[in-house]
Amino acid sequence: MNPISYSRAASVADALHMAGGQGARLLGGGTNLVDLMRKGVDTPSQLVDVTALPDGIDRAEDGGLIIGAAARNSAVAAHPLVRSGYPMLARAILAAASAQVRNMATVGGNVMQRTRCLYFNDVAGARCNKRVPGSGCDAIGGFNRYHAILGGSDACIATHPSDMCVALAALDGQVHIAGPAGERTVPLVAFHRLPGERPDIETVLDPTEIVVAITLPPSPFAARSAYRKVRDRASYAFALVSVAVGLTMREDRVDAISVAFGGIAPKPWRAARIEDALRGASLSPSAIEKAFEAEFADATLLPGNGFKRGLAKRTLSAMLTELGGPAQ
Amino acid sequence: MTIKVNGQDFPPPDDARVSLLDLLREQLHLTGTKVGCNQGACGACTVLLDSRRVLSCLTLAVQADGRSVTTIEGLGTAEALHPLQAAFIEHDGFQCGYCTPGQICAATAMLEEVAAGMPSYLTVDLAADRITLSREEVQERMSGNLCRCGAHNGIIDAILDVAGEHRP
Amino acid sequence: MTKIQNAVIGSVRTVIGWVPAGWLPGGSPDPLIERRAAIGRQASRLDGPLKVTGEARFAAEVAVDNLSYAALVHSPITRGRIMRLDTDAADAAPGVILVVTHRNMPRLGTLALIGMSDMSAIGNSDLPILQDAQVHYNGQVVAAVIAETQEQADHAVSLIMIDYTAEPAKTLFEEAKATARTPASVLIEKNHVTVGNAERELSRSAHIVDNVYRTPPHNHNAIELHTVTAMWEGDGLLVHDTTQMVAPSATALAKLFGLKREQVRVLSPFVGGGFGGKGMWDHQIVAVAVARMVGRPVRLTLSREGVYRIIGGRTPSEQRVAIGADAAGRFTALIHSGYSVMPPYGACPEQYTLGSRAIYDAKSFEFLQRHVDLDIVPNTFMRAPGEAIGTFAVESAVDEMAHAMGVDPIDMRMANIAERHPVSGAPFSQHALKQAFTDGAERFGWNRRVAEPGSRREGEWRIGIGCAAGSFPYARMPGANVRITLHGDGSATIACSAQEMGMGTATVQVQHAADRLGLPLEAIRFELGDSDLPASPMAGGSSQTASVAGAIIAAAEKLTGEMLRLAGNASPVAGLRAGEVRLTDGGIASIADPSRHDSFESILARAARDDMTVTAAGSMPLEMFKFAMHSTSAVFCELRVSDVTGEVRVDRLLGSFDCGTILNPKTAASQFRGGMIMGLGLALTEETLFDGRSGRIMNASLADYHIPTHLDVPQIDVMWTDIPDPRSPLGARGIGEIGITGVGAAVANAVFNATGKRVRDLPITLDKLLPD
Ligand SMILES: Cc1cc2nc3c(=O)[nH]c(=O)nc-3n(C[C@H](O)[C@H](O)[C@H](O)COP(=O)(O)OP(=O)(O)OC[C@H]3O[C@@H](n4cnc5c(N)ncnc54)[C@H](O)[C@@H]3O)c2cc1C
Ligand code: SF4
Ligand code: FES
Ligand code: FES
Repeated sequence: MNPISYSRAASVADALHMAGGQGARLLGGGTNLVDLMRKGVDTPSQLVDVTALPDGIDRAEDGGLIIGAAARNSAVAAHPLVRSGYPMLARAILAAASAQVRNMATVGGNVMQRTRCLYFNDVAGARCNKRVPGSGCDAIGGFNRYHAILGGSDACIATHPSDMCVALAALDGQVHIAGPAGERTVPLVAFHRLPGERPDIETVLDPTEIVVAITLPPSPFAARSAYRKVRDRASYAFALVSVAVGLTMREDRVDAISVAFGGIAPKPWRAARIEDALRGASLSPSAIEKAFEAEFADATLLPGNGFKRGLAKRTLSAMLTELGGPAQ
Repeated sequence: MTIKVNGQDFPPPDDARVSLLDLLREQLHLTGTKVGCNQGACGACTVLLDSRRVLSCLTLAVQADGRSVTTIEGLGTAEALHPLQAAFIEHDGFQCGYCTPGQICAATAMLEEVAAGMPSYLTVDLAADRITLSREEVQERMSGNLCRCGAHNGIIDAILDVAGEHRP
Repeated sequence: MTKIQNAVIGSVRTVIGWVPAGWLPGGSPDPLIERRAAIGRQASRLDGPLKVTGEARFAAEVAVDNLSYAALVHSPITRGRIMRLDTDAADAAPGVILVVTHRNMPRLGTLALIGMSDMSAIGNSDLPILQDAQVHYNGQVVAAVIAETQEQADHAVSLIMIDYTAEPAKTLFEEAKATARTPASVLIEKNHVTVGNAERELSRSAHIVDNVYRTPPHNHNAIELHTVTAMWEGDGLLVHDTTQMVAPSATALAKLFGLKREQVRVLSPFVGGGFGGKGMWDHQIVAVAVARMVGRPVRLTLSREGVYRIIGGRTPSEQRVAIGADAAGRFTALIHSGYSVMPPYGACPEQYTLGSRAIYDAKSFEFLQRHVDLDIVPNTFMRAPGEAIGTFAVESAVDEMAHAMGVDPIDMRMANIAERHPVSGAPFSQHALKQAFTDGAERFGWNRRVAEPGSRREGEWRIGIGCAAGSFPYARMPGANVRITLHGDGSATIACSAQEMGMGTATVQVQHAADRLGLPLEAIRFELGDSDLPASPMAGGSSQTASVAGAIIAAAEKLTGEMLRLAGNASPVAGLRAGEVRLTDGGIASIADPSRHDSFESILARAARDDMTVTAAGSMPLEMFKFAMHSTSAVFCELRVSDVTGEVRVDRLLGSFDCGTILNPKTAASQFRGGMIMGLGLALTEETLFDGRSGRIMNASLADYHIPTHLDVPQIDVMWTDIPDPRSPLGARGIGEIGITGVGAAVANAVFNATGKRVRDLPITLDKLLPD
């Protein structure tokens, strides 16, 4: 790790002022950044601790929720408003990492966390377009069990590893950004970029900007929603596939629906085609199958990750069938 | 500012790269906190930061400035064991003993979390504010602490025993 | 081992075969088998309070003045040469004391490879360490930095610039099979063994299963990192290490650095997990060398990545198992052969066929192992080397045969379990595998099994149960010494260099010594983990308990003689010979007339002695050559497989063991469970990802190498026959490694029972169970 300076920002303005320079990084819980610094993947010279920035979790004016970017993941999952109004979000956060990591991790850091691609994380031994643009991608012909089947490019097939963001995507989360030029808001589903030719540029956030809050509109899904994570061991492992589903039913038909996937794409994957196909439909196996195929028609399957297509389909079908059944 | 460790104040290190773990082990010689990976992946370095369990390997010591840290040394001594420490001995909740301080610190905080109504991934009704502490609940909540010797059964038995819900 | 050694071992066996059993160690059973008080008691670990309070000082935790810290540079290429080496920036970095490369590293010889004849030969590799520009495997140490702090050393490492020219490397198992070697021996056993013509018998059999099973590389992943602190004091060398081989390390370091054995002291009172991985590797040698160069104590702790890079693990394997059976289900042929990796500079064959030679009878046998040569970090022994993966293959095959024939898998085993060693014909010293199966099946509720795969369901879960046998050879190592000191207050201290890695060595040997010396538990202290103490062999092969126990027996005999002599004519036991007395009630008593008793205290007091010290070595372990001695087990597993996701959840696991006397039920149960849990990892989640394109390990982290978490581990039931082995000290056989054996197959067989899917390549990850 390079020598670093450390300072704690007392306010957003303070943070913006300190964080502008070359080599500066915002430090949340550090669960991702400190690890990357130790591995040499990231080599900042200045850390600006943003955990003293707003971390409240409150009812928003529209009846939704506003979550300060410095809120710890565990605080979000434990919050009564989240547990009753957005259980899918609480479940997704609780599916991630360990209790210790969740106590440290901030919402801002979680949204901004980097991929767990093995080659991205191996500075000395692997080529990676995300780390060193143009150097090549060792994952494509290598171990890509955790890699994308949707949204990847010839340059990069890394997945975004967050569980929380999958639920935020399904819940129409908005990312509130502060920058030198003022504040702006970006839907979470538009916050992360697909790799294309530039896998090194992962989000729409400018280096001079910071994430200050996430807001969620009121959600109709509390009664029928779920987050299911499929992984290589029972706990403390990243998702192979995860699915967030929220439903409302009118008689036997889908009224509103929201579906997002984790573990299969470079970003939390909101499945608009599945939603479109199922809105107003009854949740028959054939309807689900057709909807799924619409979303995954152009999936790129590699030897190491091809199984995820079937896995995603089966997991989604089981969840929809259960959630669409008689209300609990 | 200072870092309070087991009730005593210490200055933060000059080198901002020093992790809380290395501050404890190398500078304060509080070696009860262990290092298993330095990657956030094993839980051996678990300490309590303002009473919450965190990984000291991924915490920079400067981040703990103005906060209070409790390590295994602050929980109990050989003469006056913490109930969890005694239960770990009784249930043979360790073999090599290397993951043990982290397990015990994690378990201490875990029981507080349960008392405060914190749900887990396995909690069926997330909206409920009382947690029924099943064996599986404890297993899930402790899954951030790896043990390679395979003392898992003894560890969970010890925790359930202290939680007062021991079942045979 | 060479052909000549083969012949030597063979003739020792033959000669010992002629010697009457009564003449050998264990010729008459250890009297303590009948007469035990502390042994067999449920005792808590003596070091418990130290470990739960964090007061136990592990190797990296000894406070040392003027300490400096080292960090290593690992080669990112697999084969080639260092062409350009620029250390200027590192040399100039803050806090850096020294940068060491092959240019300035002192010239050193190489370690003698682990051998079965010389107990101080402990090299996992005989490659030179920082001696030249050649790179032999990916991850090899190519430079080291010593600095004032760890942070400074780690940073300076990133400033070292090295250009390599890569040379073609052998990294593909499949390709390298073509040039695999066929060694003459595997450990001390002949490699290619045939009984009858197994291929011909197989082809004529009424029922045949013939399949290939694959197992991936594994890493030990002890939670404590490898760490060493080396310091020179004058010409003497003090090393705080975490090692399974305290005394052998001191001997090997002395040889390598041209010192007398007495000049080297290795201390390792607590080892934070070993499993075969905590041996002698490059880092200790680098630390010792650079500590001399900088004239200061040096601490070298490997990063977790570093552990993967330079500490080899379990080799991958590809095993063929073919079984032929007649119409009645009796085996007519058992063929077990295959390939595993062992580079020519390595020392550890993965003896996966040895266990298969010892369980089942068959009309004909063929066993053959081939070594694949890759450019790779040398593999080493890992918990139940050979047996852990060998039983996966054979016990899966037996299950396949049972299914093919429509026979219950336990009945199939019962019909074929051997009564004598099936290959050598040697009698078993004690062998109750059938009982282990019967008892285990009853406790487990095996009769609830539905033979038809895929029959049991609960919601989305398919439920299955399976079983397997496990086997691990008994070993007692030669060269175990202990010192017993009887103190004037009637207490005793037992001392030897043995190692404590969580097996409960001190706890169990104190129990043993209490009974052996006739003292209460509280009166005995046990010292270990120090190479200045009488030398014990390495902790390996589940042999430490028997080896140390054998030495305590010898020392206790010697002590008896010495104390009788000291007791003199005034003693109630005067005139009795060693064979006529026993140690009991804090002293010596006549066996024939227990009222003739003299206490240790009064004997020492009368002789005006503060204490009496004896040192003795255990007898040669000749019992191993006369008898077939194996710990065995029957493992039962019940699990669920999700029909939706293919995820496997193990709900129940039971191990029924036949391992001789169980010395401490509490610590033994933990040992069994620990092995079985590692078996769950082997079955379901663990795999070191070796990228065959580059020759590099890609998941060098505990986040990406999945050892079981708490939620992966069910409550594990363990039970044992507790039948003493009449040929071993205390009647005990090893328990440290038997736990993992058989678990892989028990899980795979249960998965088959649940789903009808036969997975022959580990780990059984969910993608292998998804419907196509
Ligand atoms: C062993 C392990 C297992 C894990 N398993 C999972 C898992 O299963 N599922 C899962 O979802 N996650 C998992 N995680 C990842 C974890 O969720 C993330 O590391 C965490 O959410 C990051 O939050 P942080 O506050 O610690 O971020 P930091 O590490 O502090 O920062 C991460 C990045 O975000 C930037 N950043 C921080 N705050 C802001 C801000 N306000 N505005 C802009 N940029 C900011 C930083 O500059 C940095 O680049 C795991 C982590 C570990 C170590
Ligand atoms: S998948 Fe992306 S992150 Fe991984 S090696 Fe390829 S370019 Fe790098
Ligand atoms: S050392 Fe901190 S999690 Fe492993
Ligand atoms: S007791 Fe050894 S790692 Fe847990």
